Amino acid sequence: MNKIVNIEEMKIREIEKEYPFALSFFENNNLEIAGHEEKTFDEYLNNFSEEEIEEWAIDTEKIRIDFMEYISEMLEFLGLEKDDTVESLSIIGGRDKSGKDESFGTLTINKSEIISIVGATGSGKSRLLADIEWTANKDTPTGRSILINGELPDKKWRFSSSNKLVAQLSQNMNFVMDLTVREFIELHAESRMVENQEVVVARIIEAANHLAGEKFDLETPVTSLSGGQSRALMIADTAILSTSPIVLIDEIENAGIDRKKALNLLINEDKIVLMATHDPSLALMADKRIVIKNGGIDKVIETDSKEKEMLVELEKIDKIIGKMRADLRSGKTIEKI
Amino acid sequence: MNLITVSGPPSSGKTSVILKTIQALHKRDLKVGVVKFDCLYTDDDILYEKAGVPVKKGLSGSLCPDHYFVSNIEEVVQWGRGEELDVLITESAGLCNRCSPYIRDVKAICVIDNLSGINTPKKIGPMLKSADIVLITKGDIVSQAEREVFASRVHSVNSKAITMHINGLTGQGAYELSTLLYDENENIETVKGKELRFSMPSALCSYCLGEKRIGNDYQMGNVRKMDLGGSDE
Repeated sequence: MNKIVNIEEMKIREIEKEYPFALSFFENNNLEIAGHEEKTFDEYLNNFSEEEIEEWAIDTEKIRIDFMEYISEMLEFLGLEKDDTVESLSIIGGRDKSGKDESFGTLTINKSEIISIVGATGSGKSRLLADIEWTANKDTPTGRSILINGELPDKKWRFSSSNKLVAQLSQNMNFVMDLTVREFIELHAESRMVENQEVVVARIIEAANHLAGEKFDLETPVTSLSGGQSRALMIADTAILSTSPIVLIDEIENAGIDRKKALNLLINEDKIVLMATHDPSLALMADKRIVIKNGGIDKVIETDSKEKEMLVELEKIDKIIGKMRADLRSGKTIEKI
Repeated sequence: MNLITVSGPPSSGKTSVILKTIQALHKRDLKVGVVKFDCLYTDDDILYEKAGVPVKKGLSGSLCPDHYFVSNIEEVVQWGRGEELDVLITESAGLCNRCSPYIRDVKAICVIDNLSGINTPKKIGPMLKSADIVLITKGDIVSQAEREVFASRVHSVNSKAITMHINGLTGQGAYELSTLLYDENENIETVKGKELRFSMPSALCSYCLGEKRIGNDYQMGNVRKMDLGGSDE
């Protein structure tokens, strides 16, 4: 941390060398630094004329403050990443909509565990997720508390934009960017300051193709991926590139993607997986399931061996349907089982 | 009374987010009023009325909406005091990306949506860069990667701000936002003498005054020409 103390005396050339990520700050703030490498950042800012400041709406004082903040946050982000792991998440009960206490006590979820969430629409699933995301401390309408690694969490989970606790895979799997798969992953990797981009891109596409029913390559535009391929890419990207230790999945449709492999990928990347679903074969893949009623957690059910046996049966049925789908696609007729 | 200025590009979700946040403030028995600034048309005042929120609207018409805002803000504050509000929220659309509606020492919120494209943070000036809180909306219709890229771009142009994801339709995040808005120790009685955080886009030319004819002969005042290359006339 003491390196940053003398950043004010460093020349831009030195800053670039020491803190390569400063380049993206210059770029996103439209600061043209070419030709000013021998100046300090302050000298560079003082270089703007009154007119330029007015014209391009440059707030030099704000930029100076933001720059320092950006550099120190990035250093923190890059440095702390390793000892910042979330080993477990605990939910301490609050109350439901009628003010009745939740009876489950404390629910602790460890990394690489899968928890499914079931309950009617509007029963309070979103509120539970919001409590987790906000690391509630008896200060939300449910009165629940959230612990990380058994302790009251740092406030940074609430406010830092690069350290969000929860990544979400919503049902709505659209891309709005018009990019190829490669460009899409690279863009994400850049925003994360990933060093070995090539390797990461290769890992993600390999993982995505492992999940997808139909293969695709890096030069495919993301907008022309099928539903299953999009889901596969998004899950692989979230598993490998997202910093968030918790992944919330809102249902995974059973088409064009191997859901079991998808969940395995996430837990192999040390994620805590929360999954809202009403699909029995998905719900039973979880270690536990949370039942939500009237805004509160009604109970927590452990998936027992009987249910796991049923899961095997369900997987057989899924396989049969999957084979029929493949047969239809390739022009075969469906035989009686 | 607390004063909060909310700004953001048209259709970014300002009204939806404010409405959801007010629901949370109402639960704390706070009286909230809204003044909606717009350009040519708005019926958002009806939405506020339906939600039981005292509301006034101002249409800037042919004026720069930012200039219109700052010329009226003191009167708006006095209206809010007359209504005995705990919280007064002003909502104004940023139309030219050079807008800079925020006042020093008055909470400033910028609403911007994921669908506007990842280069948008770079294009928007003081409205985004000098906000205290940046709310990113419509996250439910893009991928996790796109949300992360967008948030990191916002962060690189305004590192100081609190960045929050919020959903104006479901209200996800609105309760959390509401906890950041009201400060019982803050009491704004007037904004007279306060300063804008940044100067507003300037213009004073013949077209500001209603000129319609085209050609150099009709252009007076603050006129600037594009550099299209080639030789000068």
